[in-house]
Amino acid sequence: MSSQATVHHDHHDDHHPTGIMRWLTTTNHKDIGTMYLVFSLIMFLLGGIMILGVRAELFQPGLQLVKPEFFNQLIGVHALIMIFAALMPAATGFANWMLPLQIGAPDMALPRLNNWGFWLLPPAAILLTLPFTLALFGIGDGAIATGWTFYAPLSVQGGIGVDFAIFAVHLLGVSSVLGSINVIVTILNMRAPGMTLMKMPMFAWSWLVTAFLLIATIPVLAGAVTMLLTDRHFGTHFFDAAGGGDPILFQHLFWFFGHPEVYIVLLPVWGFMPQILQTFSRKPMYGYKAQVYSLWAIGILALVVWAHHFFTVGMPVPALLYFMYSTMSISLPLAVLFFCWIATIWKGSLTFETPMLFAIGWIVLFGIGGLTGLVLADVAADAQYHHTYFVVAHFHYTLFAGGIMGIMAGVYYWLPKMTGHMFSERLGKLHFWLTAISFNLTFIPQFFLGLAGMPRRIPDYALQFAEFNMISSCAAFVLGLSQLIFVYNIISCVRGGKKATNKVWEGAEGLEWTLSSPPPYHSFTEQPVVK
Amino acid sequence: MASKSQQAEHYFVPNPVIYPVIVSLGLLSLASGFIFNVNNYAAGGWMMLVGTILILSMVFKWMGSIIAESEGGLYKKWEDKSFRVGMIVFICSEVAFFAAFFGALFFMRVISIPELASFDPNFTMYKDFVANWPSAGPGGVVLGKEYVPAKFEPMGAWGLPAINTLLLLTSGATVTWAHWGILKNNRRQLVLGLFMTVALGIAFLACQAVEYHHAYTEMGLTLGAGAYGASFFMLTGFHGFHVLLGTIMLIVILLRSMKGHFTAQRHFGFEGVAWYWHFVDVVWLGLFVFVYWL
Repeated sequence: MSSQATVHHDHHDDHHPTGIMRWLTTTNHKDIGTMYLVFSLIMFLLGGIMILGVRAELFQPGLQLVKPEFFNQLIGVHALIMIFAALMPAATGFANWMLPLQIGAPDMALPRLNNWGFWLLPPAAILLTLPFTLALFGIGDGAIATGWTFYAPLSVQGGIGVDFAIFAVHLLGVSSVLGSINVIVTILNMRAPGMTLMKMPMFAWSWLVTAFLLIATIPVLAGAVTMLLTDRHFGTHFFDAAGGGDPILFQHLFWFFGHPEVYIVLLPVWGFMPQILQTFSRKPMYGYKAQVYSLWAIGILALVVWAHHFFTVGMPVPALLYFMYSTMSISLPLAVLFFCWIATIWKGSLTFETPMLFAIGWIVLFGIGGLTGLVLADVAADAQYHHTYFVVAHFHYTLFAGGIMGIMAGVYYWLPKMTGHMFSERLGKLHFWLTAISFNLTFIPQFFLGLAGMPRRIPDYALQFAEFNMISSCAAFVLGLSQLIFVYNIISCVRGGKKATNKVWEGAEGLEWTLSSPPPYHSFTEQPVVK
Repeated sequence: MASKSQQAEHYFVPNPVIYPVIVSLGLLSLASGFIFNVNNYAAGGWMMLVGTILILSMVFKWMGSIIAESEGGLYKKWEDKSFRVGMIVFICSEVAFFAAFFGALFFMRVISIPELASFDPNFTMYKDFVANWPSAGPGGVVLGKEYVPAKFEPMGAWGLPAINTLLLLTSGATVTWAHWGILKNNRRQLVLGLFMTVALGIAFLACQAVEYHHAYTEMGLTLGAGAYGASFFMLTGFHGFHVLLGTIMLIVILLRSMKGHFTAQRHFGFEGVAWYWHFVDVVWLGLFVFVYWL
């Protein structure tokens, strides 16, 4: 080793500030990953509590618990928190923790930027939720009440909560762009010698596509909310017909970001899920190349299908047809992925530990989410289903089952590696079954409600919808409470438990399983060579 | 087995730092202060001031430590490549940001304004509205107030804007000439080239300021002048802001060059800023064609 390298070694040892300063100042990818994951869990519970308020109100027809204005605020902030502060940080947390371990890198490529990327999130969460508190002191009229989509002209006319949400989105956007830069640079520049692109773990590929989508779309959202801000306060007319603008312009800009956002949330899950499936099937992943190409196909198609979110707004027929066919064409690469996942477990020696239960449940439930999406992609059918509970049920099958249950599978899969302890299998399985059953009981009734014509985002409803809403509300509370098992299981796993082996799972493959559990504070300071 | 060279190669992972957290805190203060300000609550201005001071001082210290690390020889080829790829991806995200505003411009010109003029006269509030560009829209009630389309003169392409095009294109050439200087280890050429680039950038900003002043005071062209005013000022304004940032970065690089930083082999700081400058240049060409000219 050269003397230069010895000098550098001083930067690589385990000495770091302790207590709160360790977390405020850290440049270590594992610390930052942990902060992302903890933040995500806290915000997941907060967003969940908000939507339980909504479900409580919807338990019966009529207005019982909350004012309609507050109901609207709960819905909008729930969505913004779940998407930007729970799902995306969880995926970024995994990227931070696992990408360097999986590709044999000493750390993320840009560690200080990495720290900043995380520490932008708490201020953004404060901005998003502060208006609730301010309203108690007579400042403003509460948080953003437009739903998470900020649609103009409602958002142009809205109160101070819209301004807070605009800047929250700006900070979240900067955080995502920084995170994406870091991921792209890490994957392109930090791989262990011998790890060619086509030897990378699927998680690295999926995050590369995710980062590409974030770089292409987050700045467009930033531009859109900036126009909204100037329309609100500086007299521009981007979204106002009187000045030659158009509220529909906002929808185009928003969904140019908003549709890829769905894939931004889901792609990281599609990356580690095949790894979980192959681990518990004890056979190699099926169709590696096909999966890589499909991820890219979906990533690119995701950028050109946005207008299917507002088919009913009044578009020329050729535009409707184009967006319908392009949307439906996404189902081709997605079907390739599904068949690869199923073929991976086909004839494997399966065992059903908690991560595998979540993975199998995820395939089934996310499949329902995908198939109901095809229904909504049909222009004619969408005229009936648009803005009904059918849409709500559909995107919860994709984002809760496909996103959050996928993340949970990842948590259970990697938790022993991260903490060095095994979690309680019994509680994990209980958590899975309670979650899967109550999730279905919450959202299957919403499909029927939507088909029967119950509109979204309304705090009251007609009497004939009462039974299904009652079932949905009860199940939602079970779903919410069963997440406490998850939290308890994680905390007790962090504090102790059976020692985890390096490999943790019998069939686990990949560089992260060659390290100790938990891995040393600085891992792969000398890169492994991949053959 | 790792080869000897790979064993020796250590990636530089910086020590723990407090700057990013404080920058975030500053941004929180700046953003909430701004919100209080535009909604007419007191204390907004002070919060903005505190936020700005926090951000600027931390950026100053942060960049200072990067320069110190760079000059201390802690960055080798491996780290250098990270910075390069990172800068390229960052510039791509900037392209997407400008694309949103160009998209809004094209949408209003090609779709919303023609459509507003094309409705059946029996069913429209905009009976007399004729679609043309530039346009400030048909008028109507906006946020409870009557909006009368501004009578304005559009900004012509062949006066100041053409001069600005020349200024920026020349600055692109001078910064490249400065780059040739560092590659040949000719520091005089590097410093001179950078100095000319900075001067051209400042000249551009001055022309832009004159143009804005003229637009507001004599042409009736304001941010509130409908689709044309909004897209004109937001596009040229954000571009001007980027030129300002680029000029500040160029000044830093100029001062570093004068202090003897950078070598013919390692000068990413210079190159990153040069790339950024070329990007700003290319955006301007788009602006010149689609905002001023066509």
